[in-house]
Amino acid sequence: MSALTFAVKTSLQHSINCSALTPDALAGKTVSEISDIKLAHGKNALRVNDVFEVSGNDTEHIVFKNASSKLDYIGANMVSGSISVDGNAGAYLGFGMKSGDIHCLGNAAAFAACNMRGGLLTIDGNAGDFLGAGSEGSRKGMLGGMVLVKGNAGDRAGDQMRRGLILIEGNAGDYCGSRMIAGTIGVLGNLGAYAAFNMHRGTLLLKNRPQLHATMQDCGTHTLPFLSLLFKSFSTYDTRFNQYNAQRVQRFVGDAAYSGNGEILILSN
Amino acid sequence: MLINGIQIDDTFAEAFNMRGTRVIITAQNHKWAYNAANAMTGFATSVIGCGVEAGIEREMTADETPDGRPGVSILMFAMGSKVLMQQLETRMGQCILTCPTAAAFAGIESEDMISLGKHLRYFGDGFQTSKLIGGKRYWRIPVMDGEFLTEETTGMVRAIGGGNFLILATSQPAALAAAETAIEAMKQVPNVIMPFPGGVVRSGSKVGSKYKTMFASTNDAFCPTLKGVVNSELSPDIESVMEIVIDGLTFEDIAKSMKVGIEAICQLGEKSGIKRISAGNYGGKLGPHLFKLHDILKGSEL
Repeated sequence: MSALTFAVKTSLQHSINCSALTPDALAGKTVSEISDIKLAHGKNALRVNDVFEVSGNDTEHIVFKNASSKLDYIGANMVSGSISVDGNAGAYLGFGMKSGDIHCLGNAAAFAACNMRGGLLTIDGNAGDFLGAGSEGSRKGMLGGMVLVKGNAGDRAGDQMRRGLILIEGNAGDYCGSRMIAGTIGVLGNLGAYAAFNMHRGTLLLKNRPQLHATMQDCGTHTLPFLSLLFKSFSTYDTRFNQYNAQRVQRFVGDAAYSGNGEILILSN
Repeated sequence: MLINGIQIDDTFAEAFNMRGTRVIITAQNHKWAYNAANAMTGFATSVIGCGVEAGIEREMTADETPDGRPGVSILMFAMGSKVLMQQLETRMGQCILTCPTAAAFAGIESEDMISLGKHLRYFGDGFQTSKLIGGKRYWRIPVMDGEFLTEETTGMVRAIGGGNFLILATSQPAALAAAETAIEAMKQVPNVIMPFPGGVVRSGSKVGSKYKTMFASTNDAFCPTLKGVVNSELSPDIESVMEIVIDGLTFEDIAKSMKVGIEAICQLGEKSGIKRISAGNYGGKLGPHLFKLHDILKGSEL
């Protein structure tokens, strides 16, 4: 069996909703049935074979080829299997995914890992704004799972994040960890302004100290035993975070403007 | 049965169903891991008076423990799940939380997970922090030496307690030396503990008493100073008896432990002053598990 492949064959005018093309949604369907599936495209709908050249038959392993930022909601709510995106992904990559594995070889647009509950989302390029945040109107962001970003992330990464792990090997934009409720965000690069703004709980694990606003309180430098467990848990993933195992960190707590008990941990050199 | 001049009685040890758990204690070094573990397993020789029977199972190297620090694993047994849960929480709070640099982790997985630090976290007074790492929840509780780290739960399994054998010797020093030899050998067997002081108990008991308030009393049939006045189990040359009690996770673990211990004593030979090996039971009517000495030593129980 070869991976079920969707190769984009046309230039899309605007975004198309790919949420129907997940391993669990396509399980047991024939290629002709899959080709007839309608995908939302603006106020209209397009059939799968209007947009994609469909090949392969293994629905547990799905590949999007020639992918572009016009492909929204790839892997939305998936509960099993794996999806590989050969190119860029549109908004809401891995929206609400519960389990399985998504690997985007290019960049992902805004709201990647939005409402994510479980599984692994890897983005080899950059992620847009609101990585791991909640959808419009939601009071909670990401609820579980793991996100690896090899490049940079945009603004508001981890906004209202409730649980899970986001590891960003590059830089993150402004308001990283804003309104964060729990979970862990690791960043090896630099952060923009207002990191941990209105943070309630959770952990920002940083390699470089950002410019912190006045309501993040310095609690000194400490050796925290839980970091050995955390770094050990990274060992099964392909990430530069594997190079670190220090337990010595400078700890900032806040956001005091929100009576927050969140923490920013700066790894000691 | 005669091994190296030592008589093995054709009898059996009688053991009971218990609930057990394992906890891994780590610390800055083995000295402090033992300080924590010794406190946690202190006053835990017999469920009769202590609620639980607990002991150190083995020492663990840094690369064996969850947090990469030196540690020890302890086993704890009780007659019921409620007592075990209550005793585990109390001992965690008074012995591990209080011990400098100590941390606690689950040592066994089970469908029945019981609280390890789940309720202890409230000691943090709102400053406690939870971390879900690799599917397991941990609690970080700020304390004066830094942070106390504990896993939220550990597993509770069905276990067996009360495996035992008796060492009958011509003198007290001989009986104790043989018991020490047995304990050293039995410490190498996983999944078991010998909960009494140094692993050895000198006050074996029988069921009942002449006093109405006592439900257990001295095992007079094995008391050497009563040989002439009771229906004694001891021949004239026996001057001292020591007992080793074993709790374990499975029947096979206890049987293996008993075999290793008895064989270690038999290697000493009759010149060591050891005359007989026997076992304590209640006629086979109280406990569901019978450890027959001859079968264990022949290996047919393993």
